[in-house]
Amino acid sequence: MMVLITYDVNTEDADGKKRLRKVAKQCQNYGQRVQNSIFECLVDPVQFAQLKRNLEQIIEPNKDSLRYYFLGKNWKNRVEHVGAKPTYDPEGVLTI
Amino acid sequence: MRKLLNVLYVTSPEAYLAKDGENVLVLVGEETKLRIPVHNLEGIVCFGYTGASPALMHLCAERNVALSFHSESGRFLARVTGRVSGNVLLRRRQYRIADSPEESLQFAKGFIFGKVYNCRCVLQRFLRVHGDKGAFQDVQDAVKFLSLQLQKVVNCQNIDILRGIEGESARSYYGVFDNLILNEKKVFQFTGRSKRPPLDPTNALLSFLYTLLAHDCFSAFETVGLDPQVGFLHKERPGRPSLALDLMEELRPYLVDRLTLSIINNRQVDAKNFIVKESGGVIMNEEMRKVIIASWQRRKQEEVMHPYLGEKIAIGLIPYAQAMLLARHLRGDLDAYPPFLMK
Repeated sequence: MMVLITYDVNTEDADGKKRLRKVAKQCQNYGQRVQNSIFECLVDPVQFAQLKRNLEQIIEPNKDSLRYYFLGKNWKNRVEHVGAKPTYDPEGVLTI
Repeated sequence: MRKLLNVLYVTSPEAYLAKDGENVLVLVGEETKLRIPVHNLEGIVCFGYTGASPALMHLCAERNVALSFHSESGRFLARVTGRVSGNVLLRRRQYRIADSPEESLQFAKGFIFGKVYNCRCVLQRFLRVHGDKGAFQDVQDAVKFLSLQLQKVVNCQNIDILRGIEGESARSYYGVFDNLILNEKKVFQFTGRSKRPPLDPTNALLSFLYTLLAHDCFSAFETVGLDPQVGFLHKERPGRPSLALDLMEELRPYLVDRLTLSIINNRQVDAKNFIVKESGGVIMNEEMRKVIIASWQRRKQEEVMHPYLGEKIAIGLIPYAQAMLLARHLRGDLDAYPPFLMK
């Protein structure tokens, strides 16, 4: 399934900046960065549970926010891209 | 059924593969061309002089991602394999059967039956679609011949005789293969199978796609915990994936031959993309390889009804499904190995 993850991490102090980097790193391990704090992750339920747990251990719940959008299996019909920063399709043909 | 994951094909010679966290990176110079999480992949196939960092090989071995290196023309060179995994008892059973000529014969018969049946199917399908356009007497004769060979396979009692039947069938099949090529007959004329090196564009296409199929068969056996090097039909030789080659026999006509024909007949290939080497061997340029890989990947994602499992699966999972059925038979859960027979 495809999960879209967005986050807002409060970066007023050095601790926040550290959290921001950690959150970004976790998301990157599971998916593709499509915009600055938005990741598209193609994961199975187990992988999603792992990712969720990792993220929720990093963030500070009263300062930061995390949102998951579940786009399911037929996510391709639900996503449209316009403009710069082209992405790759993790289920399409990958040749370089 | 398992999910079919993606395969990354690296064809540009200047690319370098590296690891960053859980990501596979494809670098060209300083620039990151692609960054993809390793759990989205089931294999990485490199052509040409592509390098890979030891850290990436480590990651691939750990995550069971098949990483293999091929020459530009697709000839297999090396592969990164991790620890032997899976069920020892199952593998021991495989070795014992491979040592016993009578028992391996049963398996070999399955593979050859599948091969002859599927070859006949490719020809029959052609006759159904184009039979009225001209008298394809040769093709009709070959179909009849292959039907007789099927009978012989069933009654065969000796592995060398079986190999003989296979050879005769292949000769008859490849003998009429040229009739199935409908476009640009001059360029893609097929006079017989040639390999190492392929001597004409059609053979170059076939050889290249067979290599891709071999990669998939090999990883399928690794996944189900069988030893891809211990075969029942092909003689063992150091470094030769005999069991993967065995399985390929029945899958070639359906997965590769038909794709090759449709690539040629739909004019997806251009004669100028083939290069004739001094040795007479024919290779494809990078652009051509990309076209072929793209059609192979698209084909793998199509779904078909598996005739034995009665389940809809992606075509790319057929090698895996067959490997699983083979393991079940070895384990004694199935009375016989059901080869993949096309409709």
